[in-house]
Amino acid sequence: MITANPILAINRLCKDFPGVKALDNVDFFLRKGEIHALMGENGAGKSVLVKVLTGVYKRDKGKIYFEGKPFYVHSPKEAQECGISTVYQEINLVPNLSVAENIYLNRQPQIRGFIDWKATNKKAEKVLERLDLKLDVKQPLGSFSIAIQQMVAIGRALDLDAKVLILDEPTSSLNVKEVQQLFTIMRKLKSLGHSIIFITHFIDQVYEISDRITVLRNGMLVGEFLTDSIDRVELIAKLMGKKLAEFSSEQAEIEQGDENKQGIPFLEVQGLGKKGLIEPFDLRMYKREVLGLAGLLGSGRTEIANLIFGIDRADKGQILLNGKSVNISNPHDSLKFGFGLCPEDRKSEGIIEDLSIRENIILSLQVKKGCFKYIKRKIQEKLVSKYIDMLKIKTPDMEQAIKNLSGGNQQKVIVARWLASNPGLLIMDEPTRGIDVGAKAEIQKLILELSQKGMAILFISSELEEVIRCSQKVVVVRDKAKIAELTGTQINEHTIMNKIAVV
Amino acid sequence: MKKKNYSSLLWPLITLAAILVFNLIFTKGFFNIEIKNGHLFGSIIDIIKRAVPVMIIAIGMTMVIATKGIDISVGSIIAISGAIAAIIILNTGLSLFFVIFLSLAVAFLFGAFNGLLISYIGIQPVVATLILMVAGRGVAQLITNGYVLYIDHKAFEYLGIGFFLGIPFSIIITLIVYIITYAVTRTTAIGLLIQAVGGNPRASYYTGINVKSIKFFVYAFSGLCAGISGLIISSDIKGADPSFAGLWVELDAILAVVIGGTPFTGGKYYLFGSIIGSLIIQSLTTTILTRGVPVQYTLVVKAIVVFIVIIFQSAEFRQKVLRGLKRKIQ
Repeated sequence: MITANPILAINRLCKDFPGVKALDNVDFFLRKGEIHALMGENGAGKSVLVKVLTGVYKRDKGKIYFEGKPFYVHSPKEAQECGISTVYQEINLVPNLSVAENIYLNRQPQIRGFIDWKATNKKAEKVLERLDLKLDVKQPLGSFSIAIQQMVAIGRALDLDAKVLILDEPTSSLNVKEVQQLFTIMRKLKSLGHSIIFITHFIDQVYEISDRITVLRNGMLVGEFLTDSIDRVELIAKLMGKKLAEFSSEQAEIEQGDENKQGIPFLEVQGLGKKGLIEPFDLRMYKREVLGLAGLLGSGRTEIANLIFGIDRADKGQILLNGKSVNISNPHDSLKFGFGLCPEDRKSEGIIEDLSIRENIILSLQVKKGCFKYIKRKIQEKLVSKYIDMLKIKTPDMEQAIKNLSGGNQQKVIVARWLASNPGLLIMDEPTRGIDVGAKAEIQKLILELSQKGMAILFISSELEEVIRCSQKVVVVRDKAKIAELTGTQINEHTIMNKIAVV
Repeated sequence: MKKKNYSSLLWPLITLAAILVFNLIFTKGFFNIEIKNGHLFGSIIDIIKRAVPVMIIAIGMTMVIATKGIDISVGSIIAISGAIAAIIILNTGLSLFFVIFLSLAVAFLFGAFNGLLISYIGIQPVVATLILMVAGRGVAQLITNGYVLYIDHKAFEYLGIGFFLGIPFSIIITLIVYIITYAVTRTTAIGLLIQAVGGNPRASYYTGINVKSIKFFVYAFSGLCAGISGLIISSDIKGADPSFAGLWVELDAILAVVIGGTPFTGGKYYLFGSIIGSLIIQSLTTTILTRGVPVQYTLVVKAIVVFIVIIFQSAEFRQKVLRGLKRKIQ
């Protein structure tokens, strides 16, 4: 695979975290003057790779060569000094300092120990000129758009003599025009001979700007491809860990829902949307139905869930429950209407670390009943032990703090929390992410059981097999919009991937 | 849960016990309790009675800190509620019930104002309550026109200096506030929700908890506690001192809560620990005074003892010390 003079060569890099192989013998080659996309779904190992490269984490095994020499740094600062700079999605500059100050932070030109402001500003202007950027460098950085701020961060990296620039999801908070601005700069840098590692999950952008693509999955290298020689469907297949040949042969074995369900749907969403978050979309959900949401990371899956549940407030459209319009402006409302949401980010949005398993489980039911009707301790214990048995939560006792449980068991506690509140609609956003295979299967089984008992379930997952196996209807989202609704035999990997891929 | 409670109360209790044992050995008659005219007197009773304002405030402060917040305006609310009580007594013929009701209502509203700023407008707790800390004293001075008002009202004095069944009435008030707070937070789900909000506000919001109203409630409650404390103080000194009543008491209350084991990071609280914390502070102060430590040393000595107590509360520090000791032995 090694072609002429890679500026950066990573050989069989390994990094273990307790219980997970975050990087498993990963190879990566970056050539001079190329834009190289690094892709992968959640947990693929992209950010770990970058962090090992820039010295945030220590590698366990493997070799890195930079400009032909062995490369070993202990901090991002050291990496920067060697010529590898990272620009993060969350810009780590200081918004209330001026643009020039940000570019020269900690290394301002000085005259006898005092900062030479004239030189600072002049040099900053020069740096930005190289990016064809004309700004008033005395203005505070925060007064510019995120896109410009990112470019200033790139400018800073350039002035630090970066030979390799790592852009970590730079486009996720940019609009279409700003993305183009950024791409112009990336092309310019490329022509100046800089090499860029471009981390993103936007397929279109990868095809527009990159020369090569490296795909990681579950900490392993899937492969390196020339952008021109791999088509979209194939790339998506690689991202999702499928072999292309499997698509056509593998038939979804799903229980068919009534395709022509009549009558008023349990939940009907009409033109719900929020500017900048998700384009208006429609959904119809019946009881006893699992509706799958398929799409890549960042496509708008979570946004749909959050909008229905009232985490974010829609600025358009309405939600009908059993045919009646309901007003949901926060999760408290949706709880009262009998909705539940197992959130995507278990740690920051789901568990309350210091509370016990029992307290975590009864929380939503308690809120639903009102805080003055405290559920009697005996009833709590009965309820909690019922769910511990039902979901096979592994714990010595229910008074354990939830933080002592494994990820999969924590997830089950969150599921138990919502089951206890007896919801009519349960939204599950990536309930199987980061949990072991056994627990995954149990959660999938549970989803089917719950729907058979009459619950409507909105199921979001990055793993296509799962969505196909569990859902009677699949909605495909891409680029913050709903683009297709599939039922019956249409629910197969081939169709879904094509929908995700087609421009 | 129960087990955990005991272990977090262990250190505060040891500290309190140590101070008391110190006094048992070095201060003559420290534990003597006399009955004069059917009233209890003695150093111990005196310490508890003097700790009353801080204890009541610490109860409210515990709830605030449990939500990861802080309330530094309580000293000013004390001054306000005392001033309101004085002005009503001096200028109207309203009954004691109305005096108390109106003063507490005003204190509650000021607390609610804090809650409004913090939960609905989103101002940082320190900043929001700092506003009232500064402005509140001004408000109290405006109410009394800048004067220290003297109150001559027998029934009102009972709050601060009266006795009920031989026990100082202010201690009984403290007990009632404690029991009601304990009962309300533990027999309803409010305590659980406060812990949830303090532990992880974002997850609490996702769970359907009305995070804003919980936060609003704890600050209003803290204001109410400060109001009660203010009435007791002004009853005790038979007057309303807008400039100095409750000055710096917020610091003692915060210290009491922290010494009592409630972490600043929120999510957990120990109401009884805060009571112990208040008693530690007061018994420390009294001990220093009775030991005849020169006045100019008192604050420094107090600070040193508090510092030692607090670092020993940190599990990490204890582990480090233990590890260091082990290494030395080896």
